[in-house]
Amino acid sequence: MAGLDTAPAAEAESEVPERELTMIEAINDALDVMLARDPDVVLLGEDIGYFGGVFRCTAGLQEKHGKTRVFDTPISENGIIGVAVGMGAYGLRPVPEIQFADYIYPGLDQIVSEAARLRYRSAAEYIAPMTIRSPFGGGIFGGQTHSQSPEAIFTHICGLKTVVPSTPYDAKGLLIAAIEDNDPVIFFEPKRIYNGPFDGYYDRPTKSWKGQPGAMVPEGHYTVPLGKARIARAGEALTVLAYGTMVHVAAGVAQEKGVDAEIIDLRTLLPLDIETVEKSVQKTGKCLIVHEATRTSGFGAELSALVTERCFYHLEAPVERVTGFDTPYPHSLEWSYFPGPIRVGEAMDRLLNE
Amino acid sequence: MASEAAKEGANRPRLSLHVPEPRSRPGDTADFSYLDLPPAGAQPRPDEACSAAATYPLCNDLIRVLGEDNRTHGPWNPQLSPDAMRQILRQMALVRAFDNRMYRAQRQGKTSFYLKCTGEEATSVAATHALDFEDMIFPSYRQQGCLIAREYPLVEMINQIFSNRADRLMGRQLPILYSARAVNFFTISGNLATQLPQATGFAMASAIRGDCKLAAAWVGEGSTAEGDFHCALTFAAVYNAPTIFNVVNNQWAISSFSGIAGAERATFAARAIGYGIAGLRVDGNDALAVYAAERWAADRARSNHGPTLIEFFTYRVEGHSTSDDPSVYRPAQEGKDWPLGDPIERLRDHLFEIGEWSIEAHEAMDAELDAQVRAASRAAEANGILGHGLHQPDRTMFEDVFETMPWHLKEQSEQAVRERSVKWPD
Ligand SMILES: Cc1ncc(C[n+]2csc(CCOP(=O)(O)OP(=O)(O)O)c2C)c(N)n1
Repeated sequence: MAGLDTAPAAEAESEVPERELTMIEAINDALDVMLARDPDVVLLGEDIGYFGGVFRCTAGLQEKHGKTRVFDTPISENGIIGVAVGMGAYGLRPVPEIQFADYIYPGLDQIVSEAARLRYRSAAEYIAPMTIRSPFGGGIFGGQTHSQSPEAIFTHICGLKTVVPSTPYDAKGLLIAAIEDNDPVIFFEPKRIYNGPFDGYYDRPTKSWKGQPGAMVPEGHYTVPLGKARIARAGEALTVLAYGTMVHVAAGVAQEKGVDAEIIDLRTLLPLDIETVEKSVQKTGKCLIVHEATRTSGFGAELSALVTERCFYHLEAPVERVTGFDTPYPHSLEWSYFPGPIRVGEAMDRLLNE
Repeated sequence: MASEAAKEGANRPRLSLHVPEPRSRPGDTADFSYLDLPPAGAQPRPDEACSAAATYPLCNDLIRVLGEDNRTHGPWNPQLSPDAMRQILRQMALVRAFDNRMYRAQRQGKTSFYLKCTGEEATSVAATHALDFEDMIFPSYRQQGCLIAREYPLVEMINQIFSNRADRLMGRQLPILYSARAVNFFTISGNLATQLPQATGFAMASAIRGDCKLAAAWVGEGSTAEGDFHCALTFAAVYNAPTIFNVVNNQWAISSFSGIAGAERATFAARAIGYGIAGLRVDGNDALAVYAAERWAADRARSNHGPTLIEFFTYRVEGHSTSDDPSVYRPAQEGKDWPLGDPIERLRDHLFEIGEWSIEAHEAMDAELDAQVRAASRAAEANGILGHGLHQPDRTMFEDVFETMPWHLKEQSEQAVRERSVKWPD
């Protein structure tokens, strides 16, 4: 398990066979494991059944586990989330898929007013133990309705957990932990790195997960606990807070520039692993926050506030944020929009020159 | 008592979940024997001012004009002149030629995405001809035929598809998500069904102002499951809004067959019954039936008799888009076996039958259209293709977020321009 500093959960002992998987295969594997282990787990979503999902994340699962465990739904995100709330009320553990994060909005009322608050308003008589999976982020020329990163909308809602993996190993372990969690989890899958890590150089040949850190995935059941960040790269010069695709972009820039950055892959945005963040910033005294989502009221704003509030006397420079621009995701200018190596590199330079 | 009974539930029947499954899958032969296809001409045509209920038998029927004999039949025959029919034929053929060339352009790497409407050309072209030019079109993404029927320039369409520097939408939108106010064609959303309540609202506005414009919306059968479909029809029914809802039932929504949208239980036209509005179910591959039904609904709405829901029964011959491979979820032969034929061939054969068209004329037309599309494509290509630098300048990314640009977007715009100069110092 090269490159993974967090010890895997106890069950994943060293004898457990591992194989190299893409993130898609790792997600498929997690779903397969949970369908086999827990009869309460059901998968529902548009095109996820016979077809296996537009990104193939559920390929083969209907055939293996049956049509009443893995099935296509009508095109209604509101319906998908709403029935998942009802299934949870019965005692099932539904895993709805929203085909693209950009299409989650019709389901927002069921998420915000219902799933997120069921536990609170019924004093835990009812819960919504669902994991909403959805591919998010850009970099595939999908235009404004196949590229968005709406995670901050969900971290703003009390009662939801929000998770973003950045490697196949984490994707499987986090997804299993999310499904086993009794609270509703928004599980955003960075689609740009489904098939390989991405350093932000769109004009260079694409990489596969083969031979990459985090691509070795144990068979069977293991979890990566929610609420625990991962130190993707240990360093002293500055702290980078990132998640999903941007972990790889930041790591690429640090390597290219020879910056001794400590890169923290948050993995769970909420609840946040504040301890790991504090410890790192107190050590380096400098903090760069990177996300692909738009800047204003983005999750970076929350991170920046937390770091400023809690590490103020350790900071040697103002906190920096590198983000997507505050515009809808454009089609032809996708790579001008994307917070790539230049934007990240400039911010690192500014921090180091303080 | 009740809970006692429940405890003894052992002898109650066990519930089971029904998950719809199409009749055939890859490897099977396509089976359309379950379709009940009435003969052309057998359907009554009520007056446009009739009660909504008078249309309800038609929600479970199929309005058809062109028969197997290639002649017109029955009261729905719109009596179009040969010139009018030739124009519809020509535009449907132009849509097909355009689709074929743009599909190839995507495969050649000139753009990121394309989506054809093969087999469904009549549902947009013939329907648009039944509307007035002033009537507002609220399309989904498969209605390129509406633009072509309103003679929107092909070059403009291709500039949008190539996301180049002449694209009026500034390269912002995914290819084919056009906007064309000049021909009363609303900006297309990537999010399904949102156009439906908007169409109702436009029609309500027209009525509020005492105007005479209608709104006509198109949506796929799969998308009727969205909540927006429900509120659009509810509002239209409540306010008797002059709206036409065209549901294009092409049997497939990406990989999901129409049963996943409820087709096993009721037709899509029959949704009208629950809302108390007029409903018609139409052979969508019969351009004359499509024209007649749309015209009926337009005349009805224009005379203040309210909204109509029309189901165009058709078939999506190609994959969903360039990102899709339909051979993994349906029999390859299905499109060829579709019992309602091809809309272009059917209208062509009718014109042959009445002596108003010839094979030579048809072949000459096809060659002409192909040349027209090629020329438009070349002209657009001179303005650039996706990813080759000839796109809109970076600052345009920040325009039109608001009417006037706030400080933070100005700052970000400067950042983008600086990044470009780092990337490409000239
Ligand atoms: C709100 C929303 N959910 C999901 C999607 C993804 N999606 C795009 S097209 C499509 C299928 C639509 O099928 P249908 O309405 O039957 O139209 P057709 O493609 O057959 O013309 C889906 C699920 C979307 N674009 N918007």
